Amino acid sequence: MTIATILAKKGGHVFTVRPDQTIREALAILAERNVGALVVMASAGPPVGILSERDIVRRLVRDEQAFTMKVSELMSKPVISGVPQDDLASAAVTMTEKRIRHLPILDGERLVGVISIGDIVKAQRDEYQGEVETLETQLIEEGRGKVIKH
Amino acid sequence: MAAVGTADRPLRVAIIGAGPTGFYAADHLLRSATTVEIDLYDRLPTPFGLVRGGVAPDHQKIKAVTAAFDKVAAHPRFRFFGNVELGKHVTVDDLRRHYHQVVYCTGAQTDRRMGVPGEDLSGSHPATEFVAWYNGHPDYRDLTFDLSVERAAVVGVGNVAVDVARILCRTPDELAQTDIADHALEALRRSRIKEVYLLGRRGPAQAAFTNPEIKELGELADTDITVPAAEAALDDASRASLERTNDRATMKKVEIIRTYADRARTERSRALVLRFLVSPAEVVGDDAGRVTGLELVRNTLVPTTTGTLQAKPTGEHEVLPVGLVFRSVGYRGVPLPGVPFNESWAVILNEKGRVLDPDTKQPLVGEFTAGWIKRGPTGVIGTNKPDAAETVQCMLEDTAAGRLLTPAEPAADAAERLVRERQPQWFSYADWLKVNETEVAKGRAGGRPRVKLTRVDEMLAVAGR
Ligand SMILES: Cc1cc2nc3c(=O)[nH]c(=O)nc-3n(C[C@H](O)[C@H](O)[C@H](O)COP(=O)(O)OP(=O)(O)OC[C@H]3O[C@@H](n4cnc5c(N)ncnc54)[C@H](O)[C@@H]3O)c2cc1C
Repeated sequence: MTIATILAKKGGHVFTVRPDQTIREALAILAERNVGALVVMASAGPPVGILSERDIVRRLVRDEQAFTMKVSELMSKPVISGVPQDDLASAAVTMTEKRIRHLPILDGERLVGVISIGDIVKAQRDEYQGEVETLETQLIEEGRGKVIKH
Repeated sequence: MAAVGTADRPLRVAIIGAGPTGFYAADHLLRSATTVEIDLYDRLPTPFGLVRGGVAPDHQKIKAVTAAFDKVAAHPRFRFFGNVELGKHVTVDDLRRHYHQVVYCTGAQTDRRMGVPGEDLSGSHPATEFVAWYNGHPDYRDLTFDLSVERAAVVGVGNVAVDVARILCRTPDELAQTDIADHALEALRRSRIKEVYLLGRRGPAQAAFTNPEIKELGELADTDITVPAAEAALDDASRASLERTNDRATMKKVEIIRTYADRARTERSRALVLRFLVSPAEVVGDDAGRVTGLELVRNTLVPTTTGTLQAKPTGEHEVLPVGLVFRSVGYRGVPLPGVPFNESWAVILNEKGRVLDPDTKQPLVGEFTAGWIKRGPTGVIGTNKPDAAETVQCMLEDTAAGRLLTPAEPAADAAERLVRERQPQWFSYADWLKVNETEVAKGRAGGRPRVKLTRVDEMLAVAGR
């Protein structure tokens, strides 16, 4: 399965923030959109960073001035990004290895979505569950065939 | 007035598309604490979508899922409106007048193109059409395929491509035990095909077919399987990637493929040749516009940032002399009239199954989607069950919150009147059961699971219409 399958049912939402916006503004977007991270985009070009709620929380506990800081000061960079054709398994390993929870997905230069490690885990679980479901059906039928034959 | 979703005032739901997803959605809804009345529509008189019209005829076991769907259909608050098409007989506005919620489960109705010159030459076909033809889909039963040629190429290495290659390689005796459509059985009996190529653009470790499917190709009665040893071998990048993701199933797959490497021909009449690391560059034809070959370009594998290995053309070309080409590079969803579509992924624009307004990206009240038309053509039949469950959960949340359509004519009779008026030849589930009985009875005589009726007229006659 590829990342495209996850993006297909995400409605094409991508929540972004500019590097010169404040952390307070970024928090408002995070809260309003109910997401865990924002992609930081300058006026043109690929993403310049990613800002997660963790990045903010970690700073806020020791620095109350963080609200007025610029997004560019707290964001993580360089951005590791994926493409829609990436396998879920490769993406999952990369995210675990690099300890990242959100992966922006680019189609060429265009940002087409962000997936979280949670999205991948859910997709893999659904895939697995579907296979089990299908196998069960086959086994039941095989069993029935045997009963008839004997 | 009672709340919607209670015995006095059931939640009225229209499900469009009676494939596995439509039935799974109906099942989840009928098992919920909410009282739901379901009308399941399909453009065909027959239910089950690709389980009838896609799944290969020599894979009968998997078709047993339909027994579970029959149970859903027997529920007193379930009705089937077959032979009724959204966009032709009824519109989204009609549905809004009669239901609180609508779920689109219309699957992927077309195929993806290869995007190479010559793709439309005579003798070059989408696998979707061949599959629908041999499975007796009424819209495709009159197609013709020139099986007088000796060599055919199937582009793609997913399970559908494997199905197509396998059906081309089966003997008439093997096929005669299945429910393959009679017209296809006759045509394949006369087939002169000797060699079938199955072409993957990446290596064995990236092939999408699953292990049972590739194993089965090695067990055909009258066909030898082989793969060039150089292409069966695992390259370093693929080996590293498999170790990194610790993917046992794929390691096993590579192992199975290796047992086919450079296998010698036996006295069997046909050969099935697996090829890897090749992409079609052009379908080559003669002056009459008939396929004579398929030009291939060799690929190497290059990793993306996350380590997925992608095919990259090397510039090295070869021409495979074939008279038939089947492209099987993916199914594709088509837009439904009046329903927002996401062109990027060829699915209905949705978030977890809630259809979104394309302008505001906010959910449209009362419109949902599930299955292949929601997430794209991936996974097995059972994958649609958790997928439909996710959508149904959204439907029930919205019902609890009172976010529902407000139909002007919510009575069940009113919907049936609409259907009768727009499509007098609509099919009920009882009508389908009569067709089913006839098919199974015809099959029993010849030792087959069923003999399919492939014309809507015949079905209407059997149902006494
Ligand atoms: C060739 C092939 C072989 C396969 N083999 C297997 C297999 O062996 N095992 C396995 O587990 N899975 C297999 N699959 C996958 C499986 O078939 C799919 O996962 C599943 O059918 C998708 O379900 P769906 O309900 O979303 O779509 P579909 O099964 O496509 O059902 C969609 C339904 O909607 C109807 N419809 C479409 N448009 C309209 C409209 N406008 N109005 C009314 N009705 C409409 C169609 O007639 C159809 O009945 C195979 C798929 C293919 C293509």
